[in-house]
Amino acid sequence: MSTGVTGYLVLLGVGVAGAVLFVAAMASRRLLAPRAPSLAKLTTYESGVDPATGGWAQNHFRYITYAFLYVVFAVDAVYLFPWALVLRDHDLGVASLVEMAIFIAVVLVGLLHAARRGMLTWADREDAPEGADQ
Amino acid sequence: MSDFLEIVLRSACVLAAFLVLPLLVGQTEHKVMAHMQGRLGPMEAGGFHGWAQLIADGVKFAQKEDVVPLAADKSVFRVAPALGIVSYLFALAVIPFGPHFFGANVPGSLIWVLAVSGIGTVGTLMAGWSSGNKYSLLGGMRTAAQLVSYELPLILVSASFAIAAGSLSLVGIAHAWNPWWLIWQLPGALVFLVAATAELQRPPFDMPVADSELVMGPYTEYTGLRFALFLLAEYAGIVVMSFLLATLWLGGWTGPFDHAIGWLWVLIKGGIFSFLIIWIRVAWPRLREDQLQRVAWLGLVPIALLQLAITAVGVVVTSQ
Repeated sequence: MSTGVTGYLVLLGVGVAGAVLFVAAMASRRLLAPRAPSLAKLTTYESGVDPATGGWAQNHFRYITYAFLYVVFAVDAVYLFPWALVLRDHDLGVASLVEMAIFIAVVLVGLLHAARRGMLTWADREDAPEGADQ
Repeated sequence: MSDFLEIVLRSACVLAAFLVLPLLVGQTEHKVMAHMQGRLGPMEAGGFHGWAQLIADGVKFAQKEDVVPLAADKSVFRVAPALGIVSYLFALAVIPFGPHFFGANVPGSLIWVLAVSGIGTVGTLMAGWSSGNKYSLLGGMRTAAQLVSYELPLILVSASFAIAAGSLSLVGIAHAWNPWWLIWQLPGALVFLVAATAELQRPPFDMPVADSELVMGPYTEYTGLRFALFLLAEYAGIVVMSFLLATLWLGGWTGPFDHAIGWLWVLIKGGIFSFLIIWIRVAWPRLREDQLQRVAWLGLVPIALLQLAITAVGVVVTSQ
């Protein structure tokens, strides 16, 4: 039992159970926890110092390269899963292995290139190796 | 109508497992850490071995005032804890405790687990962004950076297990398991354990919540039960990742007398990995952000790709 559609319906039921758990927890909090808001309590916490400017500050989006690499590899990974199901096939097995090796090798060259250009180091670009002016 | 009853019953059982297993892991962590680090605090409450510490914590959380800061994006701030809870509930639902003992069995359950466990991180991001606090924002950013780096080796080695089994279903993978996997898939299992620890933002990968730098990272502004829900999600994450690894690498319920006590094997194997994740926390200092990225991209990803190659060649050679 619990295969086919039933499996997915159970997952739906689990989602509902999760929502119920959250609502019940929040309701019990409302009943049990005290409520005495004050201005000092509702201020942003900055280790005891009065908060300066807003909380949504600008900051260095340093991991953009990692994000790009991740997208490349994540798309690559999507192709791995269907491959898992055909690798044992006698007609497709060896051919698909070679094809997949070429595919991953191409992506891997990209990763090596990024590493050589110093893009996988978190530090500022000044101390990246030569040729990494971008 | 009996179908409907079955669905309700199964959902309720998953919810019960979700409320029991993470608390067991939490209790174990209290005790294991107390012993390993000589901590006296967690050994007091309730007398014998401080057995009541977790209950005391729960009571404390429930009694604390719920503060939503004025600067926060309030609706997002309030909903964020729910995402972690629901995502790990979804993941726990498909983890098999026996060939016919699971919450739900769907054909692509491995993909399902990988997909939904990412949602919890979105909850952390929402918390970091909506708090209107600089600590939280930086913590959220670090969470995102960590996720994009460690999700990848996790997915790659999961694919390796799927290839080894020729199935995308956790039940199918556990069925296909044989003792050779212990060696054949060993690098993948190690990568999985490290990447899972990082996914869960557990020490030594707790840069996003580094208390000496960011107070509590994305959770800085959270109090009371909402904060407790984030903790619950973290422990549920440990349970999900440990049991997932037990299913993928150790064959889940496989073991002596597994027709009778398969579920016990799953609990034992999963428990071992949970214990390891706790042990790792106690044993290693925190990694710096740049070290964190280097470990992922120059350590785990190449090993994961190598594991993929080993697996694929192994499958082709043995199936010819």
